[in-house]
Amino acid sequence: MQYKWLEISVGLFVSVAIAALFFLALQVSNFSSFQDKGSYTVIAHFENIGGLKEKALVSMAGVPIGRVSSIRFDTENYDALVNIRIDAQYNNLPTDTSASILTAGLLGDKYIGLTPGGLDENLQEGDTIELTQSALVLERLISQFLFNSSDKDD
Amino acid sequence: MIIFFQHIGQACLKSIEKLGRASLFFIAIISSIGYVLLRPNLLIKQLFSVGVLTFWLIAISGLFVGMVLGLQGVYTLSTFGAESSLGIMVAASLVRELGPVVGALLFAGRAGSALTAEIGLMKATEQLSGMEMMAIDPLKYIIAPRFFAGFISLPLLVAIFSAMGIIGGYLAGVELLHVDSGAYWSQMQASIDFDADIVNGMIKSIIFAWLVSWIALFEGYDAVPTSAGISRATTRTVVNSSFAILIFDFLLTALMFGVA
Amino acid sequence: MISIRNLTFSRGNRKIFDNISMQIMPHKITAIMGPSGTGKTTLLKLIGGQLKPDSGTILVNDQEIHQLSRRALYELRKKMGMLFQSGALLSDMSVYDNIAFPIREHTKLTKSMIRTVVLMKLNAVGLRGARDLMPSELSGGMARRIAMARALALDPEMILYDEPFTGQDPISLAVLVKLIKTLNQTLHLTSIVVSHDVEETASIADYIYLMSEGKIVGQGSPEELTQSDSEWVQQFMQGQADGPVPFHYPADDFSEELFAL
Repeated sequence: MQYKWLEISVGLFVSVAIAALFFLALQVSNFSSFQDKGSYTVIAHFENIGGLKEKALVSMAGVPIGRVSSIRFDTENYDALVNIRIDAQYNNLPTDTSASILTAGLLGDKYIGLTPGGLDENLQEGDTIELTQSALVLERLISQFLFNSSDKDD
Repeated sequence: MIIFFQHIGQACLKSIEKLGRASLFFIAIISSIGYVLLRPNLLIKQLFSVGVLTFWLIAISGLFVGMVLGLQGVYTLSTFGAESSLGIMVAASLVRELGPVVGALLFAGRAGSALTAEIGLMKATEQLSGMEMMAIDPLKYIIAPRFFAGFISLPLLVAIFSAMGIIGGYLAGVELLHVDSGAYWSQMQASIDFDADIVNGMIKSIIFAWLVSWIALFEGYDAVPTSAGISRATTRTVVNSSFAILIFDFLLTALMFGVA
Repeated sequence: MISIRNLTFSRGNRKIFDNISMQIMPHKITAIMGPSGTGKTTLLKLIGGQLKPDSGTILVNDQEIHQLSRRALYELRKKMGMLFQSGALLSDMSVYDNIAFPIREHTKLTKSMIRTVVLMKLNAVGLRGARDLMPSELSGGMARRIAMARALALDPEMILYDEPFTGQDPISLAVLVKLIKTLNQTLHLTSIVVSHDVEETASIADYIYLMSEGKIVGQGSPEELTQSDSEWVQQFMQGQADGPVPFHYPADDFSEELFAL
């Protein structure tokens, strides 16, 4: 009888622990949204990625639809080559979709925002997004502003 | 002067010898895995005394650690107007560091010291020798089930600790200090990564489980079988486990999250 | 059955046994006696293969015990029962389970057969009624009798008793003496009793080895020893305070030490 009670309490303990693990996986982390329900990869070249990281969000109209899967330096074009993995359910993006690197809030993470184009053809696995806009680099912005204002003075 | 160096030499040789004995001890435990698997009732008994009996300590500590994190987090983050990031702060610190480390330290204090004292006392009362003379290997029958029970229990306890902590952070931050509940969970989900954060935290807890169980059982098995010897061994278990946990935590963090 | 040849064993710099040889007769009770701290328990551990000698050999059933593989050693130990001074009962099991433990581990008997065997062993030591107690609830004498029942659980050929008489009240002492004697006769055991209780041991032993400072200082049947002309043997057998073993631990002259300051 005593042994039975022992088994029950150990069983409860293990169940609670597994429930805690599920809680961590589903409620706390991005495990569920990151589930690979099938995806396709497109390529985008950026002149400057300015602090974009792997696994950064890719969103369209503010809704996350994919993630950055890898970032490499392209030795032929001397620019950044970014692979973007997009959920398979969003498979009807026009081929002239444009990508820009944006910042979430003033100090937030960099992410890629996609803006749809108007063509009928859709992006396929391995296609390249032609229209890209680099990250805003604060130093450059400031120097541009300074040069502009000094031009006006003349 | 020469005597001074001689003492250093002796100390070194002694610790190397002890490490050697501990390694043989560990190999003997690992090779008993089949024996333990064939006798699940031994393992269940130990899972109870190592895992279940530590459950409340871990659950309640986790809850309160989380609540403190929630309060401190809100006070610190509100100076930047970033209370909405509370979820990230609480979850990241718990899942990556506090869960495994504090969980393992508590486990060493509660279950580790109990294991050492139990084994040491069994040695002192000749129960281990008695078993050997009955042609039953105490390493298999006594030590191995306790080792595997510790090895299984700690990662589970750490998961409970982290989950309770996150709930505690929610209670303190959202219920008490009115941080937005949606922001708490969604920010957390957006930046806690399953592979990088949760899996790495679990790997840490598995390594700590191995360390603590090994140290606790070896200290007990190697204890001088007198009351003073057992009390020293119990102290050594807590001290050495804590050192090992903190040092390994640094190494693992450097390895997982990178130093570069 | 057991023979010890030229055994030397030391702990640190102290020689506990210095080249001793003994012959233990089958189906007899052999006593090994000596003052406290002569390493009598160590001798039992050497016979059981728990310690390794520096030199010399111990043959048990014509097998050299320290040359045996682990498996063979464990096989041999099944034929050896050992009664520890403290009883060494497993503290987290009831009396019944303690005795059933070696049977469960080493045989494939059914539950009801194990029950029969355990009750027989308990009956032999007169404690069948105590089967549901925990070891912590037993008196010292009862614990020792339970340990005896456990040592007998696997029907061993030989049984080693480590100080069975120490710290017992007169009644449990009489019980233990009687048990060792009758068990030896009825089960045809080979018994080794390590003790320093002269009277009780002499009353049941067939042959006695007297040990002191790592050497055998006397041997023979109890009658032979009481008539021995060795002063040391006389002092030990009759329990005299002073003799070849002086009352005083070696020290400087007392009057000199008193007035030293």
